[in-house]
Amino acid sequence: MPAIVKVTDLTKRYNDGFEALKGVNLEIEEGEIIALLGPNGAGKTTLISTICGITMPTSGTITVGGYDTVTKYREARAQIGLVPQELNLEPFETPMRTTRFSRGLFGKPPNDAYLKEVLTELSLGDKLDAGIRTLSGGMKRRVLIAKALSHEPRVLFLDEPTAGVDVELRKEMWAVVDKLRANGTTIILTTHYIEEAEAIADRIAVINKGEILLVERKDELMRQMGQKVLRIELTAPIAEIPEALAAYGLSLGEDGCMLDYTYDVTGERTGITRLLGDLAGAGLKMRDLHTKQSSLEEIFVGLVKEGA
Amino acid sequence: MNFGAIRAIFLYEMARFFRTLTQSLISPVISTSLYFVVFGAAIGSRIDEVEGVSYGAFIVPGLIMLSVMTQATSNASFGIYFPKFIGTIYEHLSAPVNFIEITIGYVGAAATKSLIIGVIILVTAGFFVDLQIAHPVAMVAFLLLTCISFALLGFIIGIWAGNFEQLQLIPLLVITPLVFLGGSFYSITMLPPAWQVVTLFNPVVYLISGFRWAFFGTADVPVAISLIAITVFTGLCLAAIWWIFKTGWRLRQ
Repeated sequence: MPAIVKVTDLTKRYNDGFEALKGVNLEIEEGEIIALLGPNGAGKTTLISTICGITMPTSGTITVGGYDTVTKYREARAQIGLVPQELNLEPFETPMRTTRFSRGLFGKPPNDAYLKEVLTELSLGDKLDAGIRTLSGGMKRRVLIAKALSHEPRVLFLDEPTAGVDVELRKEMWAVVDKLRANGTTIILTTHYIEEAEAIADRIAVINKGEILLVERKDELMRQMGQKVLRIELTAPIAEIPEALAAYGLSLGEDGCMLDYTYDVTGERTGITRLLGDLAGAGLKMRDLHTKQSSLEEIFVGLVKEGA
Repeated sequence: MNFGAIRAIFLYEMARFFRTLTQSLISPVISTSLYFVVFGAAIGSRIDEVEGVSYGAFIVPGLIMLSVMTQATSNASFGIYFPKFIGTIYEHLSAPVNFIEITIGYVGAAATKSLIIGVIILVTAGFFVDLQIAHPVAMVAFLLLTCISFALLGFIIGIWAGNFEQLQLIPLLVITPLVFLGGSFYSITMLPPAWQVVTLFNPVVYLISGFRWAFFGTADVPVAISLIAITVFTGLCLAAIWWIFKTGWRLRQ
């Protein structure tokens, strides 16, 4: 199946000379949720803005649904819904009026029944004609999503949907994203919260300083790059790590009862069997064992640092 | 052509006009009435006739032009500046629309609003003075062209403006003086000869003169030149807008 969004060798240099994107290649498949993960200023918003037509590419090509976003911008943009990072809404409008305007702007015939359905689906059914200035931040964000969905796009871009949003609202937003995906919408979201990418994305693209460092399925990424930690609890505290165990690079917890062994799951040998044997040989008695998978956060920090 | 988008922008802008009916409609009517009271009744009673027309009637075309020009400019500039200011411009930039459609939507709405205001002032004036219109078709043509060309100018100002001060700057510093000095309330033949020459560099003179000709059949400058002037002005505005969207100036990097 051809990619619904295809970005090829995309560069973007702003007028002030700043190079925000340095040769980005990215393919997004229909129906997936992909998270563009990167620190502030990595080029996430520039990438999205360039795909959506808000900024023009310096070089490279972008196609959406097979249409070039520059030469066939009408066909390409018709398939895109964009939810911006800022809560850009006219305070004196109402959710119904503003979504009606968005739909019209995309040249779609009026369809209030559909717009009501979208707004209701986003739990705004009782706010259809309320002044936008009276809505809470979370509601405003959902109005923006409704506007982006008003013309029935195939691809939805969410730029930092949960930036500056409290935990409860963030969970709510994730539920909204889940629902959208169930309807078959392809979703591209940017975030600098690793937790968010981990919670909702199928694939993760790590972006930093205008370059995509890697694109990988989330579970694959975590499996491949993940390091695991084996934590050994001892029955009695020890003052220092016995000489015989020096080669394992163990770290000793403060209370002397905890030993951490870091190993790579992708390695041919994890060394666990040998370690446990040597532990017994050194006369240490174990009370408990558990392993911990490293989080995306640790992977991410590792990657970004490596690139620096 | 994305007619749906033109329609959406036009209706959206018109809806704003009707929501704020007081400020968009009643205030120009009140200020025009005040002009009539001051210039028509108070001062006009001491001036009998200008070029064979009673002074009260003589200032009507100028008054309409004054309101139409300022209203067309401010409505169009605000219409496009507001989405920029509040950030909703992202929608226009990411929608399948081109600059012609956006321009027609905003300029069309602003021109329509100023046309409505112009007609209302004309009707209001009818209550104060006896009006006859010698060339109705030319009158409508001049009025329409003025609405459209100044809405185009306002649209350019709205795109150029980086803050609310700049938005007010051109209307206040350029348009209002030009209109006042353009013969709204007097015939330029009343000026000393040297100033008559200077005033010919004011483009508004041609518009007001042409518009007044449509009412009374007398003009300060030949009607053909008036028509050429307004056409050239419209053409210049269109060229500027075409350039703005082509380069993405102030809109799209």
